Amino acid sequence: MPELPRKKVGIIACSGEELPEGTITRLAALKVLHQMSPEDTVTICLPLFLAGGEGDRNFARFYPTIALDGCEKQCAFRGTKKYSNRPAAAIVVTDLIAQSGLEQPHGCRKLDSAGMMVVELVAQEVASMVGELLKKGGGGIAWGKPRPIIPKWPGRAAIGDISSWETVRTWIFQLRPMHRVMQVY
Amino acid sequence: MSSIVKKIAIVPCSGIGKPYGTVSRIAAYQVTEDDRPEQTKLVPLALLVMGDEEYGRIIAESPAITIDGCPQCCATKMVQQCGGTVIRECSVLGTARSHRELKPQGIAELNEDGEKLANALAQEIDTVIDACTASGNGGGHA
Repeated sequence: MPELPRKKVGIIACSGEELPEGTITRLAALKVLHQMSPEDTVTICLPLFLAGGEGDRNFARFYPTIALDGCEKQCAFRGTKKYSNRPAAAIVVTDLIAQSGLEQPHGCRKLDSAGMMVVELVAQEVASMVGELLKKGGGGIAWGKPRPIIPKWPGRAAIGDISSWETVRTWIFQLRPMHRVMQVY
Repeated sequence: MSSIVKKIAIVPCSGIGKPYGTVSRIAAYQVTEDDRPEQTKLVPLALLVMGDEEYGRIIAESPAITIDGCPQCCATKMVQQCGGTVIRECSVLGTARSHRELKPQGIAELNEDGEKLANALAQEIDTVIDACTASGNGGGHA
C-alpha cells in the first residue's frame, strides 16, 4: 500500500509589524505549531507565499488553511485567496477582542499581559478549528464528509447597535469559508 | 536649500519559519523605535503587497531598506515589485556570517544570541541611514 501524506492544516499569520494584533497572530500561530497541535499543523510563511513560493501555494491549494489576521484589512486571508485557495477558516484578532470584551493589547515588539491573554485565546480557537478540520480519527487523504465548523452565534443581546451588526457580519463571514470546505472536500 | 526629505522605509520580511525571520523583525523594531525613529518608517510587507494605499505611497516616494531572513529575499522582491527603490538589501544571513559565534534560536522569542544578532544588524542599518542622511538621500522629516 502506498503511504499517503499525513493530513495537516496550514496556519497563515499576517504577522503585521505595525499593530500588537499582528504580533498576536504570529505568536498564536507559533503556539499552535509548537505546543498545541505540532503533529497536525504547519505554518505558511506569508511573505514567501506572496512572493511566489510555489510549495506554500500548492499546499494551500490542496490542504485546508486557517488565516490569522490582526486587523480588518485581512492581508493573510485575502493573500491566500488571491494566490491559492480560500482559507477554510479565518480569525480577525481585532474582532475577537471586541467580541470577547478583552482588554486592548499593547506592544508590537513585546506584548503586554493583555496581549498574551489574547494570544492564548486565539491559539485555543485555532487549535479547536484544526481539530474540527482534521476530523480526528477520520484518517486518509480523502477527507470524507467534513462537518462544518459552526462559529458561536453572538447572541440576541448582541443585536441592536452598529458594532453588534458588525459582529453578526463577522459571524456570517465566518460561515462562508465552511461552505468552501464542504465544496472542496 | 530645503532639508525636507522623506523618511527611509524599513521593510523586514518577518518570516515565520526560522529564527532569522524574527531577527529581521526585531532589528526593524530597533531601528524604527529606538535608534532612528525620526528618520525611518516601518512598513509591513503583507500590507504593502496587498495594496494598502498609505504604505504604497510611502514606498513609491521614499527610499527603502529591506531586511531579508532567507535567500528567497521576499522583502526585496516585493518592494521592487511594488515600485519601490531599494537602497540597501540587508540580509540576516549575511550578518550571521560576520558573527559566526552567534547561534540564534527561537522564533516566537529569540534567545540571547538572536537578540545580539538583531542588534548587530540594526547597527549596520543605522550606518546606512546615517550615510543616506548625510548625503541627503533620505532619512529626514517627511
